[in-house]
Amino acid sequence: MDSVQYILLLFISTVLINNFVLIRFLGICPFLGVSRYVDTAFSMGLATTFVMTLTAFATYFINSYILVALDLPFLRYVSFIIVIASLVQFVEMFIKKASPVLYKALGIYLPLITTNCAIMGMALLIPLNEYNFIESIVFGFGAGVGFTLAIVLIAGLREELEFSDVPEALQGVPITLILAGIMAMAFMGFAGLVTI
Amino acid sequence: MQSTFLYSVLSMGGLGALLALGLGVASKKFHVERDPKIDEVNEALPGANCGACGYAGCDAFAEAVANGDAPVTGCPVGGESVAERLAEIMGSEAEESEEQVAQVLCKGGTKETAKAAEYEGIETCTAASVAGISEKRCSYGCLGLGDCAHVCPFDAITMNTNGLPEVDPDKCTACNKCVEKCPHDLFVLAPVSGENHIRCSSHDGGKFVRGICEVGCIACTQCVRVCPVDAIEMQDNLAVLDYEKCINCGLCAEKCPTNTIDFYGEKIEHIEITDDCVGCTRCAPECPVDAISGELKEKHIIDQEKCIKCGICYDVCKVDGAIKKEY
Repeated sequence: MDSVQYILLLFISTVLINNFVLIRFLGICPFLGVSRYVDTAFSMGLATTFVMTLTAFATYFINSYILVALDLPFLRYVSFIIVIASLVQFVEMFIKKASPVLYKALGIYLPLITTNCAIMGMALLIPLNEYNFIESIVFGFGAGVGFTLAIVLIAGLREELEFSDVPEALQGVPITLILAGIMAMAFMGFAGLVTI
Repeated sequence: MQSTFLYSVLSMGGLGALLALGLGVASKKFHVERDPKIDEVNEALPGANCGACGYAGCDAFAEAVANGDAPVTGCPVGGESVAERLAEIMGSEAEESEEQVAQVLCKGGTKETAKAAEYEGIETCTAASVAGISEKRCSYGCLGLGDCAHVCPFDAITMNTNGLPEVDPDKCTACNKCVEKCPHDLFVLAPVSGENHIRCSSHDGGKFVRGICEVGCIACTQCVRVCPVDAIEMQDNLAVLDYEKCINCGLCAEKCPTNTIDFYGEKIEHIEITDDCVGCTRCAPECPVDAISGELKEKHIIDQEKCIKCGICYDVCKVDGAIKKEY
């Protein structure tokens, strides 16, 4: 298969078919916690995408040049956690300096990316799927875009939900979980769109 | 096996050291100056994060104080001691801020106020108020279900056996939570030194109030007329006290025919001008009933027939011991 086409298909597959939130059920915490308003959801998505891409980049090198080279695959979890935590710290410092407005807007969610399991999951899936460097970057970026897509979609729905007549027992988190379930089923429809 | 161990330690140690170095450099490079005053102010605050100041928490308030957006006296919980400390940090003088305490403006408990119905709904004032139901015939009075006692974060409010809230002035921090919570707006924040309180909030007509409540304000306006400093005003069939003007003389409480007004201070029994009077004439024009007479540089005299014993002359007198009052 043509490599450019393959990369494109990998991207689409990561965003839609194997969406991190709705199909793999990773990163549910920010998906429910930060999806009140489309604006903050989008900022959160962008920050996560940024961190995911960087993490994919960094973990690929650590995995292939340290862990695989020295035959230490059992250290993946430990090393990836260190890398993710440091990256998030770095991004936080950078944003604080470069754009105080964005820093204020992201608030507590920025450090919370550290504990977003979607990022850890993404980092662990790269060696599992034996992606090469380019594929890893695309996979990381695609995972972030998929996360952003899912969180913005549900934020849009939740904004609409504010004005609808929800039965008392289902108000708040329950109706959001039902929505997420329906969205996940809808995303299952993408299965078979492309095959790699 | 030996090499695995060695490699693990070396690779993880190296990775950690490298990242630590990177973060260290980044923290220097991307260092953002934060006003050290913010942390100092934060230290001095009570740290309860109650939000009574109107900010999201102690940290947000500290930032506002350091930026000069919030007054140093803005923390009602900390009171004067915190205000002074903050003023010290900010290098400004603490304005005199008198501590406040919540007062209940209703005296009509189950004993005093006529009953209208039995309420068996959700046991909160908010619910009863939304349903428009009150057990009492007075639609302004205390609902008696204790929302204020529940909302008080400092356990300063308890419901007494008469179905009315009682505020413990020692525990009350004037955080305003009860004022916001009460659906009938029965709480006000009054200065701690305030001794007079008009404990009624009913805007009903006098005749109606008299019929349903033993201690309601019947709008007879006697307190308004007796007040020497015009601190009481009639607002839509209700006497309302201006705590800033009130001099705590207790005359209104004495006059009030329904005993709506509480007076906790000491009533002046006798007041007279002694031989120490230098005749400065300062007191005479201040007397609301013109009971003081006397010439310049001569001893003044209080006409005991006219005197209402409000104590204003005592307060304005600049000569120590020239006016003597007995409680």
